[in-house]
Amino acid sequence: MAARKTTRKSSAKSNVSKDELLTYYKDMLLIRRFEEKAGQLYGMGLIGGFCHLYIGQEAVVVGLEAAAKEGDKRITSYRDHGHMLACGMDPKGVMAELTGREDGYSKGKGGSMHMFSKEKHFYGGHGIVGAQVPLGAGLAFSDRYRGNDNVTFTYFGDGAANQGQVYETFNMAALWKLPVVFVIENNQYAMGTAQARSTSTEDIHTRGVPFGIPGEIVDGMDVLAVKAAGEKAVAHCRAGEGPYILEVKTYRYRGHSMSDPAKYRTREEVQKMREERDPIERVRTMLLDGKHATEDDLKAVDKEIKEVVNASAEFAKESPEPALDELWTDIYAETAPQEA
Amino acid sequence: MATELLMPALSPTMEEGTLAKWLVKEGDTVSSGDILAEIETDKATMEFEAVDEGTIGKILVDEGTEGVKVNTPIAVILEEGEDASAADNVSSESSQAAEEPEEKPSAPAAAKPEAEAPTELMVDSSPDWPEGTEMVKSTVREALRDAMAEEMRNDENVFLMGEEVAEYQGAYKVSQGLLDEFGDKRVIDTPITEHGFTGIGVGAAFGGLRPIVEFMTFNFAMQAIDQIINSAAKTLYMSGGQMGAPIVFRGANGAAARVGAQHSHDYAAWYSQVPGLKVAMPYSAADAKGLLKSAIRDPNPVVFLENEILYGRSFEVPKLDDFTVPFGKAKIWREGEDVTLVSFGIGMQYALEAAEKLAEDGISAEVVDLRTLRPMDTASVIKSVMKTNRCVTVEEGFPVCSIGSYISSVLMQEAFDSLDAPVITCTGKDVPMPYAANLEKHALITTDEVIEAVKKVTYR
Repeated sequence: MAARKTTRKSSAKSNVSKDELLTYYKDMLLIRRFEEKAGQLYGMGLIGGFCHLYIGQEAVVVGLEAAAKEGDKRITSYRDHGHMLACGMDPKGVMAELTGREDGYSKGKGGSMHMFSKEKHFYGGHGIVGAQVPLGAGLAFSDRYRGNDNVTFTYFGDGAANQGQVYETFNMAALWKLPVVFVIENNQYAMGTAQARSTSTEDIHTRGVPFGIPGEIVDGMDVLAVKAAGEKAVAHCRAGEGPYILEVKTYRYRGHSMSDPAKYRTREEVQKMREERDPIERVRTMLLDGKHATEDDLKAVDKEIKEVVNASAEFAKESPEPALDELWTDIYAETAPQEA
Repeated sequence: MATELLMPALSPTMEEGTLAKWLVKEGDTVSSGDILAEIETDKATMEFEAVDEGTIGKILVDEGTEGVKVNTPIAVILEEGEDASAADNVSSESSQAAEEPEEKPSAPAAAKPEAEAPTELMVDSSPDWPEGTEMVKSTVREALRDAMAEEMRNDENVFLMGEEVAEYQGAYKVSQGLLDEFGDKRVIDTPITEHGFTGIGVGAAFGGLRPIVEFMTFNFAMQAIDQIINSAAKTLYMSGGQMGAPIVFRGANGAAARVGAQHSHDYAAWYSQVPGLKVAMPYSAADAKGLLKSAIRDPNPVVFLENEILYGRSFEVPKLDDFTVPFGKAKIWREGEDVTLVSFGIGMQYALEAAEKLAEDGISAEVVDLRTLRPMDTASVIKSVMKTNRCVTVEEGFPVCSIGSYISSVLMQEAFDSLDAPVITCTGKDVPMPYAANLEKHALITTDEVIEAVKKVTYR
């Protein structure tokens, strides 16, 4: 790690506090270490099926969560581990869901792609590309119906941005002024297809223009830039001005899923991104350059995070598989759980 | 402490692979994210990345080795400060951790039977309303409207959305007057965008509201079926019971008259196949009202299949302040001894007409209206067949994997000894709906075909 250089000057604003920077550093590092551990457990056969890692994209969710308040909702696709950790869900419960155990957030019945938290207003975890976009607008609809000022963060990728339902949703969200922030996590590849080969528009957020939805490009490798853009978008929504689009340019270091041989891009491209644009290194440099922390301080943070992640892995290995009776529960509800 | 690197599983189905190439050699320093080796899986050649930092102490499996089982140690990584001799003293921790996860749970022996053995039939044959209740004439259309209006008065979270439901008063006038009473916050005209507004409806239900989503006809809901099935029906299960979608999807289903193949599809069998959904398909106005009120109160997603031809049909409806019909309770419209006719929705008109005509020939038919298809009251069907020993099912949908096929299989498995003849499933023909009047009539089930089927099973 030490060999990595940050060629870009960090965009440190002088008014960013030490505590704030340290929090972002920790939150992003937790996601990265967690995902590395998940990859490792997958390799050992403890996690099965599809597993989509968030490594490289950490600044997106950490920056946007910094712009959220209690009561705000979030919903995303199947690349969802980072979102759950960033909104405060317990790494143990997330990891135990990955291993398909009874202490997982969905009692082992959802898996990597399908987790939820009523408490943290996290509405999944959806496996059909683009389906979460109208769902997110529907969550925003429920808040508007009730007349509160909550906002829903609806995350989707550059691949999902070509689904028709996204534009059906843009139309209604604009028409009904729904308080929804559409976050396009543009990691430049829809599975293995580069954006230029799949998408007629260079800047995807401009697709909101014909619907009257404002939007902008955000540097997704810079947590402070993401947070600033998030605050602007959220203020727009809370003021009753309707939806807002953030096209966050980011990059995933790993394959689309664990079984992706990643032949659609060069190793050099990935390496260059890691070396020059890494969002965690960026904050690390800011912490060190700004004399907010010493190497030793950060080493201690690394150790602390590693312990949290290792504890989650241990927990996830030790938690028992769900009882066979669980097969037959949660198919029908007696009362709607989210109303209880 | 030296740790072993294990042959990774790099796809959901991989059990072994070829260690195609090492990209590092003994003594190399590696850090997290570095590519260590190329591994050929059953699908592709994959790069294998380092997770931790350290030095390659020893390579245990040479490149080019085929058939390396997942979790076999392939190399040893040394931590900072360790020398190569540590490679021989590997902690066995990692290899233990790599043992197969605890034994896999054995597959459940068989699907849980829906109905218990015939000897323990649980049949609810209580009347739907108290004797002596005042009855009023109502069309199915009015009954549906009244059900929605009553539930919207009861619960502020109930709202209606769909194409032309508000200002136009409903494409089939089912929502007549609702905009005036409840305003445009709760009676919402949507653009023609089924996929999108269905998803928004399901999201609103996740958010705790009680949406009623009207499809002008269920043919258009095919644009939205992913949201109905993947988002609405499966979320309760996928979330381990934390979230669900209390929502009603309703609208006209099946053939109307002369509207051709794309506007005439009966989806009864499709939706009934999906765990997590409930499905109602009423025939009478009383059932339309009572079941729709139950559907709106239900915490689960309900597909409510109406019929354009029945909208204008009048029936007696009990005059009660709060009349509901429970799901999973069939209704016996006519008692009989010789054969059981099982139907639902508009199929009931053929079943009842056939029973009337059969009576003239001295054949006494019992007519069972399923009313809801999921849950389905198979116990009432079995109970009836134990008495009549014969069964004919009647529906307008296609024959392959029809509701009738399911009933037939239930009877074979649970009432085999009671059957004196094979079950005959009367259905629509196995063709797209034609436009020509004579062909359309022929494509649907007819009363004569039902009568013929009954004569066959009664050997007349």
